[in-house]
Amino acid sequence: MFGFGKGDTNALTMNTAHPDSLLDTSAQDVIGKPLDRVDGPKKVSGQATYAAEYALDDVAYGYLVRATVGTGKITDLDASVARAMPGVIDVITDYATFLRNPQQGGETSAPTQGVEDVAYHGEIIAIVVAESYEAARDAAEQVKVTYAPGEGRYSFLAHREEAEKPSTQQIPPHHKQGDVDTAMAEAVHTIDVTYTTPSQNSAAMEPHASLAVWQDGALTLYGAYQMPASDKLQLAKSLGVSADKVRIVAAFVGGGFGSKLGIAPESVAAAIAAKRLGRPVKAVMARQQVFDATVRRSNTEQRMRLGADADGRLTAIGHETLVSNLPGEDFFEPAGVATHFLYEGENRLITHDIVRLDWMLAGSMRAPGEAVGLIALEGAIDELAEKIGIDPIELRRRNEPREDPEKKVPYSSRALIPCLERGAEKFGWAQRKPAGTDRRGDWLYGIGVASAARSNMLQKSAAKVSIDGQGKAHVETDMTDIGTGTYTILAQITAEILGLPLEDVIVHLGDTDAPPGAGSGGSWGAGSSGSSVYLACEALRGQIAKAMGVAEDAMTLKDGRVIADNRSVPLAELVGEGMEATGQIAPGKQEQLFNQASYGAHFAEVAVNVVTGEVRVKRMLGVFTAGRILNAKTARSQCLGGMTFGIGCALTEELVHDPRNGKIVNRDLGEYHVPVNADVPQLEVEFLQERDIHANPLHAKGLGEVGICGAAGAIGNALYNATGVRVRDYPLTLDKLLEGLPAV
Amino acid sequence: MHFTINGQSYQAEPDIRTSLLDLCREHLGLTGSKKGCDHGQCGACTMLVNGRRINSCLSLAVMHQDDEIVTIEGLGTPEDLHPLQSAFVRHDGYQCGYCTPGQICSAVGMLDEVRKGWPSHVTGDLDAPRFNDDEISERMSGNICRCAAYPNIVDAIREVAEADGTVDIALRQTVEAGA
Amino acid sequence: MKTFTYAKANDAETAVRDAHVSGAKFIAGGTNLLDLMKLQVETPEKLVDISRLPLGEIEEREDGGLTIGALVPNSDLAADPRVIAKYEVLSRALLAGASGQLRNKATTGGNLLQRTRCYYFYDTATACNKREPGAGCSAVGGFNRVLAVLGTSDHCIATHPGDMPVAMRALDATIITLKADGDKRRISIHDFYRLPGDTPNIETVLEPGELITHAELPAPPKGRQTYRKVRDRASYAFALVSVAGVVSVEDGRIASAALAFGGLGPMPWRNAAVEAALVGKAPSDAVFNAAADILLADARGYGSNDFKIPLTRRVLIATLRDLTGE
Repeated sequence: MFGFGKGDTNALTMNTAHPDSLLDTSAQDVIGKPLDRVDGPKKVSGQATYAAEYALDDVAYGYLVRATVGTGKITDLDASVARAMPGVIDVITDYATFLRNPQQGGETSAPTQGVEDVAYHGEIIAIVVAESYEAARDAAEQVKVTYAPGEGRYSFLAHREEAEKPSTQQIPPHHKQGDVDTAMAEAVHTIDVTYTTPSQNSAAMEPHASLAVWQDGALTLYGAYQMPASDKLQLAKSLGVSADKVRIVAAFVGGGFGSKLGIAPESVAAAIAAKRLGRPVKAVMARQQVFDATVRRSNTEQRMRLGADADGRLTAIGHETLVSNLPGEDFFEPAGVATHFLYEGENRLITHDIVRLDWMLAGSMRAPGEAVGLIALEGAIDELAEKIGIDPIELRRRNEPREDPEKKVPYSSRALIPCLERGAEKFGWAQRKPAGTDRRGDWLYGIGVASAARSNMLQKSAAKVSIDGQGKAHVETDMTDIGTGTYTILAQITAEILGLPLEDVIVHLGDTDAPPGAGSGGSWGAGSSGSSVYLACEALRGQIAKAMGVAEDAMTLKDGRVIADNRSVPLAELVGEGMEATGQIAPGKQEQLFNQASYGAHFAEVAVNVVTGEVRVKRMLGVFTAGRILNAKTARSQCLGGMTFGIGCALTEELVHDPRNGKIVNRDLGEYHVPVNADVPQLEVEFLQERDIHANPLHAKGLGEVGICGAAGAIGNALYNATGVRVRDYPLTLDKLLEGLPAV
Repeated sequence: MHFTINGQSYQAEPDIRTSLLDLCREHLGLTGSKKGCDHGQCGACTMLVNGRRINSCLSLAVMHQDDEIVTIEGLGTPEDLHPLQSAFVRHDGYQCGYCTPGQICSAVGMLDEVRKGWPSHVTGDLDAPRFNDDEISERMSGNICRCAAYPNIVDAIREVAEADGTVDIALRQTVEAGA
Repeated sequence: MKTFTYAKANDAETAVRDAHVSGAKFIAGGTNLLDLMKLQVETPEKLVDISRLPLGEIEEREDGGLTIGALVPNSDLAADPRVIAKYEVLSRALLAGASGQLRNKATTGGNLLQRTRCYYFYDTATACNKREPGAGCSAVGGFNRVLAVLGTSDHCIATHPGDMPVAMRALDATIITLKADGDKRRISIHDFYRLPGDTPNIETVLEPGELITHAELPAPPKGRQTYRKVRDRASYAFALVSVAGVVSVEDGRIASAALAFGGLGPMPWRNAAVEAALVGKAPSDAVFNAAADILLADARGYGSNDFKIPLTRRVLIATLRDLTGE
């Protein structure tokens, strides 16, 4: 994959700061601009091709069969009726190979396989394959499965006392510093409260889909995936084939939000069926199956303790979280991840423990950790401010740390307070009224604030950039664009550094035949894959300079021309038969030497109906910093999306597990309430200028998730300000508010 | 069976159970219309049938043999975009793009409903619907966008409605009803 | 979806004849039926397509009422100037329901027959007496946030999910049908729905093959009209509770009152005693509370839907204030 004959590889490990960026010295002036998406015309005209839409000959339709018990062992699977139905080709089982659980993001091993012992209600156990979708769907319902029912653990409340400490994941599960109990006892002001959040579903609009085709022993899978490079390894291991026999294509992905980080059950089912049949098989999960058998954000129970001195300076922070997951699954929702570094405080206790339940897999959903963790932390900060009687922004200002309060390393860049101050000014924070006092007709109004923080991560990522004889650049990486804007920003980075008009850059994504990219997840996509493209372009600049016969820094690239030495030569004339280079970025010591994170401040105004308790978000503003903004338009959209996720998280989204068998009760978009257009006002987003030289050569930090971090907390705090009632059990649905509302 | 889609004639023999959506996606190569839920709960499949926006997933193909059907492919191409399509590009009225064809078809139908003077849930005086952002949001609430481009979608639609006279028509109706 | 035979009817008489076989269903908009067929909650063996029958008109009668063809789409009914002018509660109810796309397809007749959104009814992996009589009810003892608190039985606690039928019940609509033998029937909406009892699978008094051809609204009622719907999302969500109210006040006293409720019971709910407690009285919170007492006297929560009882009281009082206030 690397070492192309005529190219070279420019590899960088971020061990030291990278103070100079070509993006600052280049002349094309496209970086950062609010440019339209390069893939936009395709998307708006229905010409963008998603996984299930590749036109292959002789495709058979697969429909997945689910287990209908909470736990148990399959004792019989009678497919005779289904098989005999018109159009049905086969009913295929492979208990050992089928995926029990989807895989978590970035893993290089197979996920848990083996479906004969049913681990959760809705687990995928077989696939019906037919000549038509309609025949397959009908037959799937006629597969008769008999189970020896198991004894399951289905109730979080019933088993919460049996929580166990998980292994280290993104963060260690437990962190103890000083003595929180003693500090709490000695504190002047204390808060000791418990917030709860429910299971949630990413609910990307495109259901998980795989179109599998084998040729000469090699599998091509057109799939809906965020991270093809690792998905390919997961798929190869699951199927027992070598990785070089698997190719994943995910050129367009209809949203992911974490749910498509790892492979899901339909991939292996489709691949097995396609192999057995010797023809392509398309398996698209029904929406209900996406709810049942992909991945959820874990519910959380978060005990939040804050102790402060008379001036509101924190002396103790305790954030103890209970989450849930299947037995044997290590992932825990890291609700305390931002609590580690957001505020000052010498005594700290941040823990995560897993309650083992026979519910569908818990894994990543947009901003795992912060999205729900900041509900508790920012809610508790708001409660503390109220208790002390100082402004919540002032309280945060007083607890602004000068360095990471645990690791004692500096922040690479941190503009939390400027975000809060800018937001306060823009939103009219000074007009905030005492809780429960702003009544307008039948509506109570309130405003709230919360900090946003999301750790910045860099992942290993590679890309190849070539320049053809016409002077056009081609970017190739298996990185994806799941709506994030990758096509566009990679084109902008390339155009900027190589001095090309944007339309002369062609970006090819989502094909594992290309160099392995970071994938889309954890907000690392732009920084990681963008840096790999940067590095490839940097190498190409060297090649161009050499061809021009000048020093690199004596050369200006602009509008497809190379300008140096009083000459202006079309790039096409210099590249000969073409140039190419590969860039590769990898995380290094900068991660340990600096605390890197994106920051922001959310401001929300809500109205609460005094009769019904209905809550409507009236206004919302997010002010963010995330290093260099690569495209002001797509960056803003990322934040709009995050903030809207926050609205759903705060007000409506709750995945309900039946306490009798763990099954998802509200398993469709009619009853799992993601926000609709009418739930979302014209949100405002502003970015403050920032560069982060410790993050990567782009000086950009992650942006895909910071918009959700704290958003729900700001709404919760606004709701308190409106009503004077603090509800800590999310989502804040009207049934929980009724009791605290004024009598009618 | 015979169908007229985007002004073109198609012959197909799908299963009697085939939805209008699956007819287009699986039999006619028209994959622009998307399947997000298959139950009328997301709007990604929205098409225009005899000028009205509907959920094509909740409609049997066999029942539409005499209808004029327009899908996203019939509104415009990348080289020749419909005004709403280009407004969605300009305003970034999408992210992943999966709900987008449905949003745009829905917006086309919705603006026509506004021009006909149809009220909505948020209309104060049902005789005189105004045209504003709340109206756009309410009327577009049958199209879920999980990436949540809603504010940009509203911007895009408002811009087109102002340019194509829909706003003026709505205002005129309001004035007439008031008079 | 199970396969079916398909017949397209060009007139109502043919339609009812075609449908007079076991396992037949009419299909018009199909927005609820196809939804349920995909899940095999509904498994008709035959579909009679009535979408092209000439039942798409709204006509004004001499008595001042309206006759609404069963195939009038929800959108058209909501936007009809006569409905807006004289039956605002109906327009409001329709506009509060579903989405623009669904309202363009869903019909008046079909909407009267919309089936419950009970989570367990929708999932063939769970026990449901409505889907499979005798199987049991998973909603009792399960998650029942959207389900009923009035008119339930041990066998079923499903709610009727509609908005339009709630308004029609407040408006004393009459449903006109054509039976397979060619007889026409007029059924008051008050007699149209059945309580679940021990046969929750039977939801209306319609006979097999009986076709709704029209809904009739009597002459417009006196007084103010309103439809208030409480739901989790701002739009595109089913009612937790809704109230259709038509109330007139004369000489400082309530002269007439019609109140129907959605989200509370297995049918659009109306209780004459509630209205009797209002008529003749001067509007006051005490009177409204007394009416709410009557409405909710037999209300029973099942856990996650307990909140509907206090919520209904609040909504009813606020609605009555709106309808009787200055």
